[in-house]
Amino acid sequence: MSIDQSTAAKVAKLARIKVEEDALPALAEEFNTILGFIEQLNEVDVDGVEPMTSVTPQRLARRADVVTDGNQQEKVLTNAPDAREGFFAVPKVVE
Amino acid sequence: MLDLTYELPKPKVIAGAKHDWELVIGMEVHAQVSSNAKLFSGASTKFGAEPNSNVAFVDAAMPGMLPVINEYCIEQAVRTGLGLKAEINLTSAFDRKNYFYPDQPAGYQISQLYHPIVGEGEVLVELGDGTARPVRVERIHMEQDAGKSIHDMDPEMSFVDLNRAGVCLMEIVSRPDIRSPEEAAAYILKLRQIMRYLGTCNGDMQNGNLRADVNVSVCRPGAYERYRETGDFGHLGTRCEIKNMNSTRFIQQAIEVEARRQIAILEAGGEVDQETRGFDPVKGETRTQRSKEEAHDYRYFPDPDLLPLEIEQEWVDDIKASLPELPDDKKARFIKDFGLTDYDASVLTADVESANYFDAVAEGRNGKLTANWVINELFGRLKKDECDITQSPVSPAQLGGVIDLIASDAISGKIAKDLFEIVYTEGGDPAEIVEARGMKQVTDTGAIEAALDEIIAANPAQVEKAKVNPKLAGWFVGQVMKATGGKANPKAVNELIAKKLS
Repeated sequence: MSIDQSTAAKVAKLARIKVEEDALPALAEEFNTILGFIEQLNEVDVDGVEPMTSVTPQRLARRADVVTDGNQQEKVLTNAPDAREGFFAVPKVVE
Repeated sequence: MLDLTYELPKPKVIAGAKHDWELVIGMEVHAQVSSNAKLFSGASTKFGAEPNSNVAFVDAAMPGMLPVINEYCIEQAVRTGLGLKAEINLTSAFDRKNYFYPDQPAGYQISQLYHPIVGEGEVLVELGDGTARPVRVERIHMEQDAGKSIHDMDPEMSFVDLNRAGVCLMEIVSRPDIRSPEEAAAYILKLRQIMRYLGTCNGDMQNGNLRADVNVSVCRPGAYERYRETGDFGHLGTRCEIKNMNSTRFIQQAIEVEARRQIAILEAGGEVDQETRGFDPVKGETRTQRSKEEAHDYRYFPDPDLLPLEIEQEWVDDIKASLPELPDDKKARFIKDFGLTDYDASVLTADVESANYFDAVAEGRNGKLTANWVINELFGRLKKDECDITQSPVSPAQLGGVIDLIASDAISGKIAKDLFEIVYTEGGDPAEIVEARGMKQVTDTGAIEAALDEIIAANPAQVEKAKVNPKLAGWFVGQVMKATGGKANPKAVNELIAKKLS
């Protein structure tokens, strides 16, 4: 699989990252290098091998169904560029 | 299990300008798990709190915050799966579904695309006319709900409340087995009923705790059967997804108008675009929600913050052992053990509280008589007060007492209604009330005879007429009842009148 400039532009748009037109060729090239490496990994035959999800055997940590957090409206909104009446205020988004 | 057998319903046929069309419908139902805390944080799920007050830093996607799964939510997903007779996957895993929207601050939703916790199951959807549609469930997965955006508080800004962000949803995905708008409504109500029995979701549609995305396509008669035989979706039409419906009435309307829209396109020689649409109940139409250029590319990948979810068969078995009797089994039992009609059994099992109430009263009593009293008298009276069964002032023991007095002929049916009203409004033990207020039925034929003789003596003209036309004997029954304050045993009265007037 090879990434061209328009695919690179699409990926950037999906990730909401602004990339100038003249930076696209280099970006596409970088993607291709990464994908080339992945393709190399794909050559290894892993049939019947369980995916390794952690280095030491671990069980997904769980929590009891108890309310232990929240009630911190002010802290939650502290870094918001704009907040009003307890809400985050963002430029209008209507589909 | 006691099985009831039903005929399959006929699929809905819509006559187009050129020929007939059938509907094919699949649904994705989002059910909010009834938990105290969110799926991956310790923030409360309580509805109606101050904006952004039920928010942990992980819900607001603050950098470095990690999700920790709520064990209770896992259990409820398993419970729901077992309730839908579905297979439970002992290993499941979480994936990130990437998209940007202000009410999804992480830029992704944690969901289970590749390895859902629940696999294939089935739901039997009764339609109340002796037919029922088995609807296959493809999967159930757990995922996070998004926050809420409010667009009408300011002309230039949208306001975002993250209280709902991160609340646990179960997404129940059906196969395209639903064949009419009515079946679609009945399907979501059946899921609601089962989940309310299980206690896994409160089913409150108005507050959005149960909502559905509805996939609609149309095909020519016969095409659907070919799809079922071959499993090849190519036999079906292109579908459109109507998003976020939380009313069974609107679901039915939306399916109908969407099907007609597609038929009009196809008959005009056009093609249906696969897309997401929204239903506008005011205008009665569906509209495109996302244009193709913005078509979502979710770039799912396994969430590196969460290990795969492993559960043990033993734990699943324990949950299975704790399941309550489910609606289908309960209904079948009511029909078989108590001789109830399908209709009465459906009414009594509609919600678990009603069913438990009936069970408590019917224990050791006549099932049909009990069903009549619970449905006609108790439900009728509660409805008048706009109350539900959980608010009934009459306990099962009290209603059982009233029924016992009828069954033993201690009171007449008419007096029983008066007695019920007293118990309903004033409370007390029915047997004691009957004793204290002299409401007992007069079965002493001597007393009834005396009353009847008096009436006969006072109304010679009526006697003559009744002798010619036996139907007029009813007048005498009424008079005797009046004279005895409704306490005369109607059977004894009838027998005596028949004897005296012959």
